[in-house]
Amino acid sequence: MKKLINDPRAVVDESVDGFGRAHADLVTVHIDPLFITRKQAPKPGKVGLVSGGGSGHEPLHAGYVGFGMLDAAVPGAVFTSPTPDQIIPATVAANSGAGVVHIVKNYTGDVLNFETAAEMAQAEGVDVRTVLVNDDVAVEDSLYTAGRRGVGGTVLVEKIAGAAAERGDDLDAVTAIGRRVNENVRTMGVALSACTVPHAGVPSFELGDDEIEIGIGIHGEPGRHRIPMENADGITDRLLAPILADLSPAPGDKVLLFVNGMGGTPASELYIVYRHAVGVLEAAGLVVERSLVGNYITALEMQGASISVLRLDDEMTALWDAPVHTPALRWGV
Amino acid sequence: MAGLGTDWAVAWLRRSAAVVAEHRVELIELDRAIGDGDHGENMDRGYTAILARLDETPPATPGAAFKLAAMTLMSKVGGAAGPLYGTAFLRAATAVGEAGTLDSGLVAAALAAARDGVVARGKAESGDKTMVDAWTPAVDAAAAAAASGAEPSAVLGAAADAAEAGAVATDPLIARKGRASYLAERAIGHRDPGAASSALILRAAADAASDAASGAPSGAAA
Repeated sequence: MKKLINDPRAVVDESVDGFGRAHADLVTVHIDPLFITRKQAPKPGKVGLVSGGGSGHEPLHAGYVGFGMLDAAVPGAVFTSPTPDQIIPATVAANSGAGVVHIVKNYTGDVLNFETAAEMAQAEGVDVRTVLVNDDVAVEDSLYTAGRRGVGGTVLVEKIAGAAAERGDDLDAVTAIGRRVNENVRTMGVALSACTVPHAGVPSFELGDDEIEIGIGIHGEPGRHRIPMENADGITDRLLAPILADLSPAPGDKVLLFVNGMGGTPASELYIVYRHAVGVLEAAGLVVERSLVGNYITALEMQGASISVLRLDDEMTALWDAPVHTPALRWGV
Repeated sequence: MAGLGTDWAVAWLRRSAAVVAEHRVELIELDRAIGDGDHGENMDRGYTAILARLDETPPATPGAAFKLAAMTLMSKVGGAAGPLYGTAFLRAATAVGEAGTLDSGLVAAALAAARDGVVARGKAESGDKTMVDAWTPAVDAAAAAAASGAEPSAVLGAAADAAEAGAVATDPLIARKGRASYLAERAIGHRDPGAASSALILRAAADAASDAASGAPSGAAA
């Protein structure tokens, strides 16, 4: 294992410390318990947005703390959910009195820890709602599993719900728009290589030189099935087919196309995927109105990508275009 | 004999910490096969924190010891295991209340409350390849032993035996909850890490009770 680290057990603390120093104009890092807030949180009268999850997905979630997105982010150990003793103070810090929305990826650990924290924050007088993100179409049989996972769509939920909160929407409205984004986005991912959790020291699964894993999540866990390596267009077709089958968009629908890197794939390859994906969507009669391409929700140094398709309406498009100023996403300001 | 007191509860937690540390790598390997490989690390971090808190604020009753364990595991473990074990200990604390010693009936009731907490929080059923598959046989065996007039240490011994058998019985199952559920039939042949750690912890409870019954020093290493 070759990594730019000092001590496997200090990875999160040292990384968040550096992050806080690099973006001291935008965020404040709180230590013990560890969480990150937007500078000058809470903003008076604004609904607070809090998200969190295991570390290793950077820039998610701390990279999205700032104007127009999150008020607080709660990082856990690598690939391990944060704990209620972190989530509760982050929730309190994000609460201006207008209430707080928890944006939670549907992974068992995240759900249980945020659920526990929400109950305890409610007991402290904070009105908490939850938007559960479960956009991963790789999970075919959600009746007999923990359900679809929250993956790439999380970034889109955080941006659009964040813009709604920033313009002054109330708790019900911010929660509703967050859920509407989740209902209209589908994601599917592929791994070309596994990743190595620093304190584990060995790859999370074995993948041969000529193999790829289709339908991965974002924690280095195996996916739906393993197939021989193919070219970029072939893999893109495999990712888009289940997305379109599940979303079943109508010709003329406007969509946002998000091609996300898993951390170890260069932008040039992501654009090769985007190039073919946009052609497939247009051939299906869809209008690709907005795009996002880059490493936004990652799995350490994993090679691979995910594709997300969000069916837009005019309000979602306007909120997507609204100004945002965070360490990892910035436009309009 | 007398029931199990605070000494036993503290000895159980200390022995659990030793056992979890000893089996840390084994639990990581089990979890790496069908999960994400953090269970041993997380449990070790949680029980290490319990040891520190036991030294800082020694509990006055078994219930206080359970509550200390609950709050520590909930705040230090993360993942699914933190809230699940935390809820289990919190419900057990409520079940035993202010009692200074636990008789067989109360021991069985505490285990049942713990299991009910795990089910309520995790929404898993028997056969889903989760820690419930260790806890439910343990609760049933403990209830049967208590009803037949067994001593508290024998009630815990029966629970530990059943939990170990229950953990082994998860090997051929397809998981329906937790991260292993995404693997479908690829999870077959692997033991559920949560069921495995549950069996270790219930064995530690039984061993701590046997030591108490035989007059061995509390908190002795496994």
